[in-house]
Amino acid sequence: MSVPRFWRKQIARYNLVGTYCKTCEEYFYPPRNVCPSCRREGQIGDFKFNGNGELVTYTVIHAAAEGFEGQTPYVLGIVQLEEGPRLTSQIVGDPKEMHIGLKVRPVFRRLGQSGERGMIYYGTKFVPA
Amino acid sequence: MREVAIIGVKNTLFGEQWDRSFRDLVVEAGVGAVEDAGVAGEKIDSMFVGNMSGGQFVEQEHIGALIADYSGLAKNLHVPSTRVEAACASGGLALRQAICAVASGMDDIVIAAGVEKMTDVPASKASSALAAAADREWEGIMGATFPGLYAMIARLHMHQYGTTSEQLAEVAVKNHYNGQFNPIAQYRSPITVDAVLNSIMVADPLHIFDCSPITDGASALILAPADIAHEYTDTPIYVKGTGQASDTIALHDRRDITTLEASVVAGRRAYEMAGLGPRDIDLVEVHDCFTIAEICAIEDLGFAKKGEGGKVTQQGETAIGGRIPVNTSGGLKACGHPVGATGIKQAVEIVQQLRGEAGKRQVDGAEIGMTHNVGGSGATAVVHILSRNR
Repeated sequence: MSVPRFWRKQIARYNLVGTYCKTCEEYFYPPRNVCPSCRREGQIGDFKFNGNGELVTYTVIHAAAEGFEGQTPYVLGIVQLEEGPRLTSQIVGDPKEMHIGLKVRPVFRRLGQSGERGMIYYGTKFVPA
Repeated sequence: MREVAIIGVKNTLFGEQWDRSFRDLVVEAGVGAVEDAGVAGEKIDSMFVGNMSGGQFVEQEHIGALIADYSGLAKNLHVPSTRVEAACASGGLALRQAICAVASGMDDIVIAAGVEKMTDVPASKASSALAAAADREWEGIMGATFPGLYAMIARLHMHQYGTTSEQLAEVAVKNHYNGQFNPIAQYRSPITVDAVLNSIMVADPLHIFDCSPITDGASALILAPADIAHEYTDTPIYVKGTGQASDTIALHDRRDITTLEASVVAGRRAYEMAGLGPRDIDLVEVHDCFTIAEICAIEDLGFAKKGEGGKVTQQGETAIGGRIPVNTSGGLKACGHPVGATGIKQAVEIVQQLRGEAGKRQVDGAEIGMTHNVGGSGATAVVHILSRNR
């Protein structure tokens, strides 16, 4: 991913800043600019999540995505935050300890790097709470 | 709206075809379908081509014009040609656009084709290209792969409904069994449940034999108004229903992770248009990019109760000769999955079945068939219902 493409959403990725709709009281992470429930009626503002949540489902990836070859096996999960939105992230820890319903908390981690000398990407992963 | 019929079909071989190029494949399919219909080039009003990613797989865009050119339809006839893209549902959407062109009265004879040439790049590059069908910024960046996304669906389905790895494996076993009777299939040898369960793990709980392969191939159909279809063929197959639906691009935003709502809604729209229901369907080609995807599909389309897709598969209800044969072609799993071609190939299979030309995989007395084609992890779905009878 190019540097500006990553940089544009850096705050959202580093600090779990999403958005919420004041009209529907619905929370969005990843951030959305249009509320799917009320659309143009929506009043969208920023919202910083504390990141506490629960593991909805997960997998242990053995055949890595491009750029993640050195990390296998790694745990990829869908986390539901306390305010409701769900996101995809890696869960750091022993794959054997993972289970649906596991309480998790966020940690700041290196996500990857664009090529050998490229920018290092950081963002939010999760660990068992 | 005019009624629409399919008057010609053709699949190329599906598989790793190092000796054949992107354009070789699609021209063979297109010319073959035109020959099957017995239609002159001058009669062709337009063409729609499903292709997911010529850009990433063969560094070629502007696919529509390229194909019209090498099919001999550009230089003198200047036939309009449109590429359609919706990831792995590109072929199904190309068919739907072709149906719309004929149904609207704008065009009479229309080609619906699909093509993907996936083995000109290393498998890692192909996987990365396919990952572009998911949300690159919020799934891909975290290390998500397509097997990984479907593995998360599978894990939750197992947790909620008690679906087992053996039941997932039964999908692959059935589709490989069917594939041995399909002369174009990439894999024409049966496998066992043990072979699936002992194959290497890709994304737990999915093994490599739970996954569809990387494939080169092309397929094409010729469409005409139903009123003139008999001028070209004794066995026109009629389009009774078409439905398409969208859902969230990312799996994590779905209302229910084990239900592809786009499939449910596209199915409902197609059933309503046809005035038919699941009990009227004699056979169906579903989008089994992974074994769990077939289990979800037969639930989402009303062929099994929610949560019982694995059970009915294990009981043989989806085998040829069962209550509702699923993926007689071998499906994406055994026939192969050249992503842009798959949605067209599904319709070719149903046409061959309804004509009674499916050989050893023929479903006796098949009159009404369905196709179900999915893009990504379920952000696009398109369903068609085809019938022998007008």
